[in-house]
Amino acid sequence: MSAQLIREKEKIIKQKRIALTGNHAVALAVKMARAEVIAAYPITPQTPVVEKLAEYVNNGELDAEYIPVEAEHSAMSAVIGASAMGARTFTETSSQGLGHMYENLPIAVGMRLPIIMGMAVRTYSAPINVWGDYSDVMSMRELGWIIYITQNAQEAFDTIIQAYRVAEDSRVHLPAVVAYDGFWTSHVLQPLDVPEDEEEVIRFAPITRSWVKLDLDNPAQLGAVGTPEWYWEIRWQAVEALRGSTKVIEEVDNEFGRRFGRRYGLVSPYMLDDAEIAIVTYGSVYGLVKKAVNKLRSEGVRAGALRLRVIRPWPGDLIAKYLGNVDKIMVIDRTINHGGPLYGPMATEIATTVQRPVYNVLATIGMRAIDSDMIYEAAMKVYRGLWAPGVPYTVGLRGGYE
Amino acid sequence: MKVAEEYPGLYEYANFELPQEELFLPGHGLCASCTIGVIARHMLKVLGPDTIVVNPTGCAEVSTVVYPRTNWAVPWIHVAFGNGGSVASGIEAAIKVLKRRGVIDPNRKINIVVFAGDGGTADIGFQALSGMLERGHKVIYVMYDNEGYMNTGIQRSGTTPFGASTTTAPAGKKVPGNVTHKKPMVAIAAAHGIPYAATANPAYVHDMVYKFKKAAEADGPAFLHILQSCTPGWRFEPKYAIRVLELATETGYWVNYEIDHGEFRVTVPVPKRKPVKCFLQLQGRFRHLKPEEIDTIQALIDKDVAEINRIVGREVIGPVDPGLECLTPRGAR
Repeated sequence: MSAQLIREKEKIIKQKRIALTGNHAVALAVKMARAEVIAAYPITPQTPVVEKLAEYVNNGELDAEYIPVEAEHSAMSAVIGASAMGARTFTETSSQGLGHMYENLPIAVGMRLPIIMGMAVRTYSAPINVWGDYSDVMSMRELGWIIYITQNAQEAFDTIIQAYRVAEDSRVHLPAVVAYDGFWTSHVLQPLDVPEDEEEVIRFAPITRSWVKLDLDNPAQLGAVGTPEWYWEIRWQAVEALRGSTKVIEEVDNEFGRRFGRRYGLVSPYMLDDAEIAIVTYGSVYGLVKKAVNKLRSEGVRAGALRLRVIRPWPGDLIAKYLGNVDKIMVIDRTINHGGPLYGPMATEIATTVQRPVYNVLATIGMRAIDSDMIYEAAMKVYRGLWAPGVPYTVGLRGGYE
Repeated sequence: MKVAEEYPGLYEYANFELPQEELFLPGHGLCASCTIGVIARHMLKVLGPDTIVVNPTGCAEVSTVVYPRTNWAVPWIHVAFGNGGSVASGIEAAIKVLKRRGVIDPNRKINIVVFAGDGGTADIGFQALSGMLERGHKVIYVMYDNEGYMNTGIQRSGTTPFGASTTTAPAGKKVPGNVTHKKPMVAIAAAHGIPYAATANPAYVHDMVYKFKKAAEADGPAFLHILQSCTPGWRFEPKYAIRVLELATETGYWVNYEIDHGEFRVTVPVPKRKPVKCFLQLQGRFRHLKPEEIDTIQALIDKDVAEINRIVGREVIGPVDPGLECLTPRGAR
């Protein structure tokens, strides 16, 4: 079932259909969520987001402070400062930009600041490659951020709004990143349903200001020295908050569905009920995967698919539930964990979750295009036992492991 | 004040009264006689309780805010080492928008101060500082300069003076310690076109507090470069913490001046200078220097002093008088 099919009749707010690129959809969501401080530095492919936000601010459409910082390290620093002051904040980055802001990412978590960051994903240098793969966002997995990976412009728009509500929930107070494919989503014009009354967004995700702030009337010290006697306990609270955020993410997604008519879940399953082979992936490639599944089904192979939407917190129970009875699990990873056990980070995590080897396929690295036939062929190799579980394979790589 | 008549650039300190209230609280873990406490305490006396302190990595941070205790009776934030300027930029922007949206009383005057060491300012934090100054955020940036990475154990920084022995620029057989001289941070800050930039010295506390006041009243970013004596890093006896700072000014090694809307003023004139040797010989970090290396430092100071006198247009820092005693009794100057 695709997310758009789950439509509830009650209380769905009026919406209009427009067309926007993924980047501009994100900017629009940030505007409707009335972000108060935006700090950003341009980097391909996210640049149109921050350009559009600058336009909104300068046109008077969004009452926010826009800080055109001198680097991403400062972009993250500025939104940390602004969030610590109690403002709703936004920044966006990709690739090297994320690398440049990296040291501040765990700090936003430790201070429990509900910063929302967009990410039009892009691979890391070298060689220089401005195109989309998931190297950047996957390198954030261990830091404590909530990580959403969305499939298209509509979902990116919706998820930004959901993320504000989740991050600012007093049970959570964690930063969240909303990732989507560089170019394949960020730059492609797509249909988008947006509320006719923009206020609906702020009604759904009001600014709570419930987190610990730099309050002049109740001075707090943010980022104090945590000696070995204290650090672990304090960090563990962030660990537990991330674990507990699963419930909040689901709640918020459900309520978003009731109000806006779209919900996505932590994962999106497709034809998994009786599947003997499942293709697991994330991002925009899921559309091709579903097409490949349809072709496999038409040939009598009981195939299914699973899209990972929230990878932090890791929805392990749900993944185990959907994949537990599937014979062969093929994970298409869109980034390389150099020298890692399977080379694919999600394959490794899925294997741990289902507690058996999975078939790991690397594809779309550096935005190398693939099509549904290539996915179909890879799945067929897995299905026929030509490929072994627990070792990495590649799709679309000259001289790769196939 | 007689000096004020002689030197019209000097402030009238007498009208300035500090509040009794302490906002930098006692019980910190700073080294014996560390002058960071002197700077922080007077800074908050001037800036008052409606002040937010941004404290990048450094001595001040590790010794004053060890959870669950704090020495700051005002909101305080530490993010990382190199981002004091950008964290403060975000705070300032947030206050602006929160005032517009009615979350914070629009009439409340809130000071934002970055309290950073020389490493966090002149080196790793240089870019964030420059960005903040360039964008014109109304933030007071205070750089306490102990002339090295004293928090991590006396490594050289961009403001370590020529000849100082540090652990990463040790005095050896081939090289006499640090081979570069102090990065001119006030000149660099002022070159951004900010309304107020100044140097200060805790040994001249009236001058220093007046500059905090001027910085708070500035209609844009303000930058203060404050010399701070460091017992373990400079290697002097703790009782000399203020005396060594006095000697810095008395020798012309350190000149207290300000650049107020482009107007340059020396705020502590020195009619006759002591030789820089007086400043150096009190400190272990210069102990290895040969006479010719001390001459090199004296020449560096003479050149800086000549430049300052040229800018002012008269001899506001006087010539070296070898007849002056290095350690004159306090109050005799």
